[in-house]
Amino acid sequence: MSVVSTVVFFGAIALIVVNAAGWPDVKQAFFDGDLFRESFPDIARAFVLNVKIFVVAEIVILVFALLIAVLRGLPGPVFFPVRALATIYADLFRGIPTILVIYILGFGVTALQLPGVPISELFWGTVALILVYSAYVSEVYRAGIESVHPSQEAAARSLGLSRFQTLRHVVIPQAVRRVIPPLLNDFIGLQKDTALVALLGVVEAFRQSQIDVSATFNYTPYICTAILFIAITVPLARFTDWLVARDRRRQLAGGMR
Amino acid sequence: MSDNGAALVLEDVRKSFGKLEVLRGIDLSLAEHEVVCLIGASGSGKSTLLRCVNLLEPIDEGRIVVQGEEVTATGVNVNELRRGIGIVFQSFNLFPHMSVLDNITLAPRKALGQSKAEAQARADELLARFGLADKRDEYPDRLSGGQQQRVAIVRALAMQPGLMLLDEVTSALDPELVAEVLSVIRELATEGMTMLIATHEMGFARDVAHRVCFLDAGVILEEGTPEEIFGAPREPRTQQFLQRIVEAGRL
Repeated sequence: MSVVSTVVFFGAIALIVVNAAGWPDVKQAFFDGDLFRESFPDIARAFVLNVKIFVVAEIVILVFALLIAVLRGLPGPVFFPVRALATIYADLFRGIPTILVIYILGFGVTALQLPGVPISELFWGTVALILVYSAYVSEVYRAGIESVHPSQEAAARSLGLSRFQTLRHVVIPQAVRRVIPPLLNDFIGLQKDTALVALLGVVEAFRQSQIDVSATFNYTPYICTAILFIAITVPLARFTDWLVARDRRRQLAGGMR
Repeated sequence: MSDNGAALVLEDVRKSFGKLEVLRGIDLSLAEHEVVCLIGASGSGKSTLLRCVNLLEPIDEGRIVVQGEEVTATGVNVNELRRGIGIVFQSFNLFPHMSVLDNITLAPRKALGQSKAEAQARADELLARFGLADKRDEYPDRLSGGQQQRVAIVRALAMQPGLMLLDEVTSALDPELVAEVLSVIRELATEGMTMLIATHEMGFARDVAHRVCFLDAGVILEEGTPEEIFGAPREPRTQQFLQRIVEAGRL
């Protein structure tokens, strides 16, 4: 039944698009098969850089954002300055458009020519993405940490575990499990935003496709780039679904698997 | 009041939440191997009293002395103190992301520094003793309420505490699961574990307690042997409370 309805639905949409008045022009401008084969290898090579950027950024963000979230949750008046600083950080970098952070760091910091500070646009573009997305991800972590019931902390502390041990072994593992779906959501956003580093002149997949487009006056290379991004984000989404489902099965439906 | 030889001493303990005075001067002393039951209506301060003993709640005034050490003094290492006091909660509070075995061995390994093998051997021994050996690799949500609460008791016992605090440990259980948990506590009492038990199970309190304290509005209104409290209560409030329990068919 679902197969039939799916075929009918998408078949209808395809018919409408193909029969549109402008379809022949669009087909030629966006779906040129020869050009696709020609530009794909170049763009795929450039896409490796996107992959490198987000792999490095995601690893750093996972750790850094958790640190920010933990600092924001420190109790007591002594830690007020730390909490304030972490809060200001999260507010600031969620407030400024990503594109501006990339410009400010990528062009501003490199222009300072400080001794010992890298002048690579790629480096600062990646740093900008890390700063922006860590602000978002720290909020996701914080929501997860706050969703763990206080009785869990009471149980851990009353067994004689320290505050840090409680956080490390009891609170954070439960918090992270709960926020895996929104965490992945932010990472998909990050993977797409690696294209913004192109604005600093770094030749990654999007920049490469722009070059190809301006050389041929045909938009097919953009379709190439879109397909490459989808090829990475969709499997990651399915992998996360599987991860979450496995965890749930283990806790609810049976013992060790 | 002398602290000598007492497992737990509370002197004029007071605790407020905002304007609400929950404990209004509690004096209580437990000898080693003594089992004391706290009875009283909901909101009379039983749970708060237990949570104050292991400093889950800071007290406003008074002193608490556990095995000769004043725990309410400044500079006390709360983590070290809590290792010697086991507490079991109404809602079990097992760690849902860990197997039964990991629930039990976490604190002995991380807080006492036992090796994994050592902690597991002790856990297996306790699990076997309480009929839970086949559950060691299960996750808590797979267990019945009674099994979860027994695991929670084992988790507390794995720290080899000198004092156990039980906070209405059967109140969240289906009636047919209450007995298996109570029999575990009876066994602990027989072995001489010092216990302070907040409970609504009057029949159980009468059987297991050396002494029963009736809490009312933040003070211990009346205390005595189970025979005295259940047989011939002096205070009108105690009589009224027990009358209602009898009417509800709980005694």
